[in-house]
Amino acid sequence: MKNLSIVLLFFLVGFVTQAQEKKNKNAKYVTEVNGNCEQCQKRIQKAAYTVPGVKSASWDVATHQLNLIINEEKTTPLAVKKAIAKVGHDTDDVKATAEDYESLHHCCLYERN
Amino acid sequence: MNKKAILLIAVFLSIPMFSQENLKEVKITKKQKGIQKSYTVTGNTTIITSKELLKAACCNLAESFETNPSIDVNFTDALTGTKQIKMLGLTSPYLMITEENVPSVRGASQAYGLSFTPGTWVESIQITKGAGSVVNGYESISGQINTELIKPINDIPFFLNAYGSTDSRFELNTHFNTKLSDKWSSSLFLHGNARVSKMDKNKDGFLDNPLAKQINVLNRYQYYDEEKGLVSFINFRYMNDKKQTGQLDFNPNKDKGTTNFWGSEINTERLDISTKTGYVFKDMPYQSIGFQNAFNIHDQNSYFGLNQYNIKQSSYYSNLIFNSIISNTMNKFATGLNFTYDKYQEFVNINDYSRADTSIGAFFEYTYDNADNFSLILGSRIDNHNRLGTFVTPRLHARYNPWDKAVLRFSAGRGKRSADIFAENQQLFASSRTFDILDSNGKIYGLNPEIAWNYGISFAQKFSLFGKSADVGFDFYRTDFQNQAVVDLMQSPQQVLIYNLKGKSIANTMQFEFNYELAQHFNLRSAYKFYDVNTDYLSGKYQNPLQAKHRFFGNLEYATHIGEKGKQWKFDYTFNWIGQQQLPNTMSNPVNDRLPEFSKSYSVMNAQITRTFSSTFEMYVGGENIANYKQDKAILGSENPFGPNFDASIVYAPVFGQMYYAGLRFKIK
Repeated sequence: MKNLSIVLLFFLVGFVTQAQEKKNKNAKYVTEVNGNCEQCQKRIQKAAYTVPGVKSASWDVATHQLNLIINEEKTTPLAVKKAIAKVGHDTDDVKATAEDYESLHHCCLYERN
Repeated sequence: MNKKAILLIAVFLSIPMFSQENLKEVKITKKQKGIQKSYTVTGNTTIITSKELLKAACCNLAESFETNPSIDVNFTDALTGTKQIKMLGLTSPYLMITEENVPSVRGASQAYGLSFTPGTWVESIQITKGAGSVVNGYESISGQINTELIKPINDIPFFLNAYGSTDSRFELNTHFNTKLSDKWSSSLFLHGNARVSKMDKNKDGFLDNPLAKQINVLNRYQYYDEEKGLVSFINFRYMNDKKQTGQLDFNPNKDKGTTNFWGSEINTERLDISTKTGYVFKDMPYQSIGFQNAFNIHDQNSYFGLNQYNIKQSSYYSNLIFNSIISNTMNKFATGLNFTYDKYQEFVNINDYSRADTSIGAFFEYTYDNADNFSLILGSRIDNHNRLGTFVTPRLHARYNPWDKAVLRFSAGRGKRSADIFAENQQLFASSRTFDILDSNGKIYGLNPEIAWNYGISFAQKFSLFGKSADVGFDFYRTDFQNQAVVDLMQSPQQVLIYNLKGKSIANTMQFEFNYELAQHFNLRSAYKFYDVNTDYLSGKYQNPLQAKHRFFGNLEYATHIGEKGKQWKFDYTFNWIGQQQLPNTMSNPVNDRLPEFSKSYSVMNAQITRTFSSTFEMYVGGENIANYKQDKAILGSENPFGPNFDASIVYAPVFGQMYYAGLRFKIK
């Protein structure tokens, strides 16, 4: 009982310190990532989450927009884009290699710019 | 981002069953199907939308499950006029029933509580089979039913529903909504229902349905500030319900408390005040805090022949919850505190069972989602209760999508509760039975707390058959009681024995479901259900009485294309086959007042036609129990209601026979 209250208190306190530096700990970015379908969505989001410091990643199938919330103390948008390009999806800054692109499932072979 | 914030706030509003998953649930609602089953949420949850509720007579929450196979609706008994529900073979006390995630049907309201929420107030219902979430408490054993009411912010300015049926029941629902400012909105819901004339179709001298009058008023206010991420609700509710039943000639003014005629009155008054506040942290849509408070008084005054039963419950419930993530949104958690206080003033004839209960608890629930095909919810809570002691409640849910369009789920959990033996079994007062509690060392009417484990596994697969969409589902659940307040009707027809479980009490249930789109706008829903629910009674092991071992359910719905100005026809047909049921032991009664060991199997059919004239006006007509199946002997010993063999509590089939109804709905958008 006591322990749990302490745990709870810890979270609340933890949040307060977090909130004071939120500019870099919860930085929002929106970027375009090329892809087609729900399978792409899973792959893109999964790749983003492999980067330490990515708190939230959600890619919209219709708009191709990737919404990111990252901890800037730990990572940068570029690092996330690199990770996404590595699994075959082009971003505005970093493009996938031809090899990675071609290894995608056939329904995910989006049109490259 | 804004959209996401809105979704998250919506999530937060409903401080969800599985607090982490509502993002998905909210999205799905847009498909506007009557019954929705997600393949990506962790729990085995079905969502009933308000659209589904329009498919049946559906006057209150108790009657909202007719077209859904997960829940079995029993028949209104002549006494209470209330439909009792069962899930996984267990009655509603073993379910966690919440309204906007605040426990609502519990304690004193157990018998009639579901009939105190009018169907038109409901926005959606979430039904979760098996162990529930730890966020809402420790009491749920076989499932959870959460009802979301219409939110003032989404409500339409005016709604009217009128209903009348051949069993002389009339209902009127009116809703008003105003936007008080750009942040405040308010809804006022008024409900009245009445059953005005005495009916005795089976000619046993007793009313088939109670005379009834109910007034129910809800006024709610919603505050919503999108920029600040702040949402708040304040609700005020008052209900007054009166029922009278018994012999046709019974006149309460003259005959109450006498043996002139047998009669019963059940009067309930209820007051609810609740508030809810949610805050989503700025720039952190995944982090939120919520605080709920509910205060209510439930006051029932009643008598059943010469048995008097009065119960008044005053309760306060409070829940503080904090949601956030660990490193990223694949790892979420919810943690918080609950506090519950219940004061019962309970009188059974001259015996005073008044008491006060307090419980305080803390919970932590962790959710892992690999953002692909696997998720897991691991929850635990620790509570301290003055009668139940200090105890830990663990719960686990897991979901895996092994291949395309398939989902496999597993759940396990423990539940613990104090049985309110009189409130939950008050239909038994309408008999000559004496209540005998055989244990005296426990803290709850002399009994020990009920403890059960529930385990379940389910699988569902969508596929295409002859070019049309189809799905199949299979599930198996087991509830294993470590202790139970056994209500024994197998010993003697003149007694109800209540005692701590000695031996085993088990509910094994299996459901096989098949749904198919036969043609465009023409859907079939079907389910076969198997129940093996048995208990070791003092006189031996029996299937629990009034529980069919086999049930079959079918529903057909057809709708025409929506024409000009929203014109449409909708047709619905529901079929239920109920296998034979173990009946309470009546072997020692004289031959005329004996029931067989098992009831006969039978089927019941309901149908409804809805005509939508425009998007604001529609009318419907329907029939229940069209084939007019009736229970042979609804009341044992009806010719001598103060004699030793009188029993009005054994209802295993419809008492009333066929019933037809009509209604209309009008909206101003």
